[in-house]
Amino acid sequence: MASVGGTAAALRAPGSGLRAFREMSPARRSEAIQGFLLISPWIVGFLAFTAYPMIASLYYSFTDYKILGSPIWTGLRNYIYAFSGKPFGTTGDPLFWLSMARTVTWVAITVPLGVLGSLLAAVLLNQGVKGTAFLRTAFFLPSLTPVVAASLLWMWILQPDIGVFNSVLESLTGIRGPKWLNSMEWALPSLAMISLWTAIGGNRMLIFLAGLQGIPAEMYEAARIDGAGAFRQWLHITVPLVSPAIFFNLIIGIIASFRVFAMAFVTTKGGPAYSTYFYALHLYQQAFSSFDMGYGCTLAWILFVIVLIITLVQMKLADRWVYYESLR
Amino acid sequence: MSAIAASRTRQRQNEMARVRKGVSRFLVYILAFASALMFMFPFVWTVSSSLKTAADIMAYPPTLVPSVVQWQNYVTAWTTVEFGPYFRNSVIVTGLALIGQTASALVVAYGFARFRFPTRDALFALCLSTMILPPEVTIIPLFIVFKNIGWIDTLLPLWVPSFFGGGAFSIFLMRQFILAMPFELDEAALIDGASKLRILWDVILPNSKPALATVAVLGFIGHWNEFFGPLIFLNSRENFTIPLGLYTLRTYAGDPGEPKDHLLMAGSVIATAPIVLLFFVAQKYFVQGIVTTGIKG
Repeated sequence: MASVGGTAAALRAPGSGLRAFREMSPARRSEAIQGFLLISPWIVGFLAFTAYPMIASLYYSFTDYKILGSPIWTGLRNYIYAFSGKPFGTTGDPLFWLSMARTVTWVAITVPLGVLGSLLAAVLLNQGVKGTAFLRTAFFLPSLTPVVAASLLWMWILQPDIGVFNSVLESLTGIRGPKWLNSMEWALPSLAMISLWTAIGGNRMLIFLAGLQGIPAEMYEAARIDGAGAFRQWLHITVPLVSPAIFFNLIIGIIASFRVFAMAFVTTKGGPAYSTYFYALHLYQQAFSSFDMGYGCTLAWILFVIVLIITLVQMKLADRWVYYESLR
Repeated sequence: MSAIAASRTRQRQNEMARVRKGVSRFLVYILAFASALMFMFPFVWTVSSSLKTAADIMAYPPTLVPSVVQWQNYVTAWTTVEFGPYFRNSVIVTGLALIGQTASALVVAYGFARFRFPTRDALFALCLSTMILPPEVTIIPLFIVFKNIGWIDTLLPLWVPSFFGGGAFSIFLMRQFILAMPFELDEAALIDGASKLRILWDVILPNSKPALATVAVLGFIGHWNEFFGPLIFLNSRENFTIPLGLYTLRTYAGDPGEPKDHLLMAGSVIATAPIVLLFFVAQKYFVQGIVTTGIKG
């Protein structure tokens, strides 16, 4: 019964390499086998639904693979095609750089506004105003709406002629509202507005709220006694102590917003005039409309590498501005 | 300054501080009220629009209260696009995926939390790292494989993968929870001669109900609202889930040429209502689960 002697701490000691397997006692070996058996569903799933598809799509990205044929190895041709379109060349994919530009614009608008908005919403909820529970529900409900439903209802609200938004705008200020989702200049901002409405009060805000509630009140007290005003308290107490949550939300937020798809698919299909033609839309169009699976994989891997680089850069930069209370 | 003058100055200072505090409190209230309005108004407008007649919908300027409340819009929306099959499919997919997700996350997390084996921590790190993988990278080969085994246009690709761990997030949540459970409970059962498997059933499972509930709730929302997966894997309308079905409502609702926004709004309410209901019933599990992951960074 050697296994009974293990304490919780010993139980959490890391495994020490495959070599150790041979040197284990029978009891430890049976524990190891049981452990592997228990996690085997995840291992099988990982191999089947993650590892294999990743390797396969990497392979396909170097081939010419239309749905009805077999993949034919073409080397870097797909990648060259992707990068050599307008405005860097004339023979390449004319929509690659366009969709990339649209997506980068999207990320640049929605991530800072979204993270800041969620933080401010959390701060508002943390004030202990009467009716905070109702407020939290009001903020959170939009994030539960299915994207299709949110898109449909906002399409209706932003309807240029009979929608309520323009109607209220005109009656309050006399300004005739723009054509929102039907206009080249306003389509992307309109989608951004819808996206912020769904996302600001969602999981992100709850994470910030938890972070804020973890800040001991004594800190603010001490700062006030030392003469710090509200703004300095914000800058030197709130922001540093909430920075791990900001960091987490930035990473998740950037990755998610690079993949923007459903909202544009349901409302504008990338229009008008490609003003909302995001990268994921382009990928979908190539892979599932034109059934050019090889090139679709190329686009997917380019996206993955970009997102990976951004995430790694963020992690490197994190040392400079993220403050961990418990880290020594 | 004399003592009296000094204390009067202090009194004035305290008063001013109180007034300033009152004003800032008032501003906070205004801000809170305005924000709540901004976030809730679209919902109110959706419900109001869903109960209007076609004529009301076209009216300009639009009114908040419909002239005649049209509950039958919901019936029309439901029957026009066969919401029945969509609902059934969503229930099947969500239900099966939920069972698979909670059960396999529990088992896998138990393995990672309570067992020692070589490469354990590396494998767990690998599991976590899958959270930053964009699905676009894997979806095309998955589509091809499913096509070759005849699973396209069935509900299988939407729920079968959930039985293999249920996703890194669920495993992470469950593992955190199990790690926090005192080992004395396991120890007591071990002394009584229980096998590790029995411990899972008799000790871990009963004590994990809050975490399981959180995984279930988050899984419910994720699968019920999913759009991308059904879009790729389903072709025939009778196999669609609700989000996809709602999307087809755009094309098929109402008579051609007739306004149909009231029907679209009714459909949106039908699609969103189950989740909102779930939220009101299970509020605390939402907050709990999301909070556990984020702050650890």
